[in-house]
Formats: sequence, structure tokens, C-alpha cells
Amino acid sequence: MRSLTRHTLFWPLLALALLLVVNVIATPSFFSIRIQDGHLYGSLIDILRNGAPTLLIALGMTLVIATRGIDLSVGAIVAIAGAVTCTYLAGSPDEGSVSRAIVAMSLAVGVCVLLGLWNGFLIAVLGIQPIIATLVLMTAGRGLAMLITDGQIITVNNALFKKVGAGFVLGLPVAILIAMAVFAVTAVLTRRTALGMLIESVGINPEASRLAGVRARTITWTVYVFVAFCAGIAGVMIASNTSAADANNAGLFIELDAILAVVIGGTSLAGGRFSLTGTLIGAMFIQTLATTIPTIGIPSETNYLFKAVVVILVCLLQSPKARAALSVRRQSPLLTKGSAA
Amino acid sequence: MFKKLMTVAAGVVLAGGLAACGSDGDGGSGGSGGAGGSGGSDEITMGFAQVGAESGWRTANTKSIQASAEEAGIDLKFSDAQQKQENQIKAIRSYIQQKVDVIAFSPVVETGWDTVLAEAKRAKIPVILTDRSVDSDDTSLYKTFLGSDFVLEGEKAGQWLVDNAKTSDTNGDGAIKVVELQGTTGAAPAIDRKTGFEDKIAADDTIEIAASQTGDFTRDGGKKVMESFLKSQQDIDVVYAHNDDMGLGAIEAIEAAGKKPGVDIKIITVDAVKDGMTALSEGKINFIVECNPLLGPQLMELAKKVVAGEEVPERVVTEETVFDQEQAKAVLADRQY
Repeated sequence: MRSLTRHTLFWPLLALALLLVVNVIATPSFFSIRIQDGHLYGSLIDILRNGAPTLLIALGMTLVIATRGIDLSVGAIVAIAGAVTCTYLAGSPDEGSVSRAIVAMSLAVGVCVLLGLWNGFLIAVLGIQPIIATLVLMTAGRGLAMLITDGQIITVNNALFKKVGAGFVLGLPVAILIAMAVFAVTAVLTRRTALGMLIESVGINPEASRLAGVRARTITWTVYVFVAFCAGIAGVMIASNTSAADANNAGLFIELDAILAVVIGGTSLAGGRFSLTGTLIGAMFIQTLATTIPTIGIPSETNYLFKAVVVILVCLLQSPKARAALSVRRQSPLLTKGSAA
Repeated sequence: MFKKLMTVAAGVVLAGGLAACGSDGDGGSGGSGGAGGSGGSDEITMGFAQVGAESGWRTANTKSIQASAEEAGIDLKFSDAQQKQENQIKAIRSYIQQKVDVIAFSPVVETGWDTVLAEAKRAKIPVILTDRSVDSDDTSLYKTFLGSDFVLEGEKAGQWLVDNAKTSDTNGDGAIKVVELQGTTGAAPAIDRKTGFEDKIAADDTIEIAASQTGDFTRDGGKKVMESFLKSQQDIDVVYAHNDDMGLGAIEAIEAAGKKPGVDIKIITVDAVKDGMTALSEGKINFIVECNPLLGPQLMELAKKVVAGEEVPERVVTEETVFDQEQAKAVLADRQY
């Protein structure tokens, strides 16, 4: 039992399981999944589909945080990706065509990669602190998105584009399939090659890594491009979900959700260590929490408070010190090693 | 090296900030240049300080004011505050200096206007509030407030449901189960539209609000909340959304659940923007209460009266109507926003 509770993923998984149990008690049919128009339909499917953008961004954020950085601009990048896609589609003569949709989405992700290059340049080359460097784009980016859409909500009608965020393949939501594909590729690249270890070493000490022959600058730069790439795909997904680009609200505060997912997953904000599986669980936890609020009927006025209380509880659960203080049979703090959170 | 670059970066940011301030100043001085000519003629000069251009609704509002000013022969000095109160106060001060005949503005926030409005009063320039009100004990600071009555909008929505209670019971179980998609928590339109709706449906015992949650006035929010409602609530008959966007999100969620919006679940929304009206004409929404941004003509009429020294009511409600599916089809073609 002790070895189980010591596993870094034990507490986030327990929190997720508890949250699901609360939902089942409130709505007994919560786990029921049926086939609707040829695809799976149910609350759990909603969680997977709506959680996909957060998961994508949290994946990128995990690597950024592992280098002891942070990216606050992802929400703005989401808005820009949606704005670019929808504005391009709405302005093209054949709005519904497949090729246009592909061009529009590639263009959007391309723009986001450029923005990631910009962030990476500020941080890796100019040495500006990540929180400040990405703050620039966080504030300016939403304005940029508004400029692209002219401050309007752009609605488009394109079957392929709609599939990305709201569609299904083989009964499963396309959004989660894309997110899981990115997850798999990231996991293979970081855990089956030395890349993951190099990222961690940069997070622990960039200067020492450089002296040891690690290209710290390139690695730092790359993770910011990667997170922007993820945010770009997430932005296309979010816009696709409602077939509309809302520059004011798309991806609003998603950077905080992503950071929270990473932290709940056991990746330390101090850098040097990361868990992709933890992030996956963290992202699903955040989305389940969001779905829980309307399901169990928390009043609008108190839903932020409810969210905050749950998050604090999870963080306390993860903190060995807090657990030790709370447990009646108090163990020596040295014995509980899993120093998450 | 790093330090140098940082300094440069900081310099660029600062210069950007200054440029922004500069452009504001330019706007002001450009305006005062134009004002010189207006002194002698009979033409009324109006200074209008807009909130910004944050939504399609607001853009339509701006266009309406500009177009109707031209039509009414009123010389309009327009400024955009970019959602900042200080910009709006600056603009109002410059209008006072220019000695315009009347000042109109949509306050960004409710409080903090007493000083600048007192300045306008001393300069004997009448002030008209549009769309949003100010929170001040001294109501003599402004002549009138022209804007929507959000409570009334909620009441209209509730009244329609009471009037159409029979057909709204889509599953025929005798009870009408309503789920409500609220606007941003704490926003005046959200609070008032909820209150108005609840007041009216109290008249019919069969109507009950089964669940109510904020969708933050967005499509995404409306869709996600509706998805949860569809699973946690049995037999939903009616959706009442505080704006069209959340209603449009709810439509997507209802369609994904294999139900027909407008038929299996009735939808009532507020606003009547073009996308909403399109959905209404397609039969996916059943009823829309208008929240009219086109208050230009009413504003110009009020301005003329105020300048001529005539009495005007303290509160003028924007002319707003309601649309059902047939009416939507008729007016959709020339909907401006």
C-alpha cells in the first residue's frame, strides 16, 4: 500500500476517481454511453472531447515548465489560430471546400509556430524572463486576433473544419484522437530518446547543461515553438467546436487551466522533472471538474469558489507535508518521499 | 549584451506606450480643430464617447449613431475609449473645451463620473447617457438615459413562454422544464434578464426552471453547459439563453444529442444578432427578444430636444421588438448586424 501511495500518479488519479464518483452520485447515468448517429455519446465522451484542447496545451506546457519556463501567451495564440482559420475560410470564395479548410488550418498553425518562434527568441536568445516575455504576447495577441476578425464573431460553414473539434471518427471524437496522437509522439520523442533528459537537464541548470555539451538555447527555443504549435491546434479545435471564431473569449484563461493540469500531474514548477502521463490525468481532471459544475448544479455565483476549493484540496493531497500533518498516524516526513506539487 | 538588449526591448515597449498615448492626443486635437467651425452656425454639435468596438453589437451601435447623426444634420465628434474610463473622461473634457452643444456617451463603468459630469454641467452642456447607466446620487448631472430595459427583455421572454405554454411542453408530460443559460455572473444584463423571466413565468405553475448555469455569454460556454444539462436533466422542454451566442452553442449540443432544436427542445434567446436571426428563420430557435443597438435615430431626436431646452423624460427605453420565426424570415435580408 505504501509503495502505491508513494507513486507520483496515485494522488491525481485518486482525485479524478473521487470526482467521477461525485458525478455518478449526482447523476446515476453519468457513465452511460450510447450510440447516437453512429458515434459514442455520453458525459465521458464530452469530457474527452472538451478536454482535448486543454490536454494539448498542457502537453506543450509540461515541456516548457520542465525547462523552468512558463508560457502565458497560449490563450492568445488559441484566439489567433481560430481567428486566422475562420477569417480565411469566410473570405474564400468556396467556404465549404475541403482544400480551403486544409489551407486555412495549416495557415493558422503556421502563424502560431511563428509566434512560438518569437516567444522562444525573446527567452532563449535575448534572455528575457519567460513570464515577462510571454506576457507580451498574452496581452498583444488577443488584440491581434481582434484585428484579424475586426472584432466580430466570424461564423463559417465547412464540414471538414467542423470535424476537427466537433466530429467523430470510428465513433470517437476527432479532437481527442488528435490530442492523443500528439501525446504519443511527444512521449516517444521525450522518453524513447535522450530529448526528455536533455530538457530536464536544461531545467535543472541551463548553464551547466551548456557546458556539458547540451544545446540549451536550442532546446529552450524548441519547447516554446512546440507549445505554440499545440496551442495552434487547440485553437483550431476550439473554433471548430462552434464553427466560429470569438476573438474575445476563445481560450480565455486556458493558460491557467493548462498550468494547473501540469501541476496536478506532478510536474514541478521549479523545472527539471516532468510527467506526461501526469499531465494527461491533470487535464482530464480539470475538464471533469468543469463538467461537474453544471452536472451537480453548483450555482453560477459560487462555481469559481467550488473550483478553487477542489483544486486546493488536490494540491494539499499531493503535498507530503500536508498529508503528514493531516494523518493521525504521523510518519516521519523523510519516509514519504514523493515530493509532488 | 543582455542588459543592452533588455534596455532596447524596454525602450521599444515604452515607445509603443507613448505612441498609443500620442494617438489619443491626436484624436483630441484633431477634434478641436474641427470644432472651430461649428460655433456660429445653427447646426448642433454632438460629442460622443463610445466604449470601444468589443462586439458586433457595439459596432452596429456605432454605425447607427454615425449614420443617424449625418441624416439629422448633427455634427458628430466621435471618440473610441477602447474600454478605458480614463480615455472616456479625456474625451468628455475635450468636448467641454470645444464647447459642443450636447455630450452623449456609453459609460465604460458605472462609477467615477461625478467630477467630469459636474464640469459639463458648469459649462452648461447637457449630457445624455446611452446603453449603460451611471451610478450617481446626483441625477441632475445628466438629462436622460437612453437604453435597453434588460428586465423588460426577460419579461418578454417569460411572457412568450407563458403564452405558448401548451406547445412548449414538447414531451407532453404536463410540466414545462426550462434550463437557463445565464450571462456573465454579476453582469447587469444577466441579473435583469433572469429576474424579468422569473417574474413572468411565476404566473404558470407548470413552468419551472430545472437548472441554471452561466455560459459567460459565449457560444463555447453555451455549448458546454448545454451538453451537461442534456445528460444530467431528464426531459428538457425549453432552453432560455440570455443571448443569441449561448443559444447558438446550445443548438449544437442539442443536435449532437440527436434532438431537433426548436422542435424537441424549444429555444428562447435575447439580442437578435444576425446569426441568431438566421437560426430563428431556420426554425432552430423559437423566439428572440430584441436588444436593439440601433439607437441612433432616438438619440438624435433626444439631442435636438435637449439642445432646444425642451423637457425630456429621465429614462427613455430603446424601441425594441420581439421576433418569432415568421417575422425573422421577413426581416433577415436587411438585418444590419
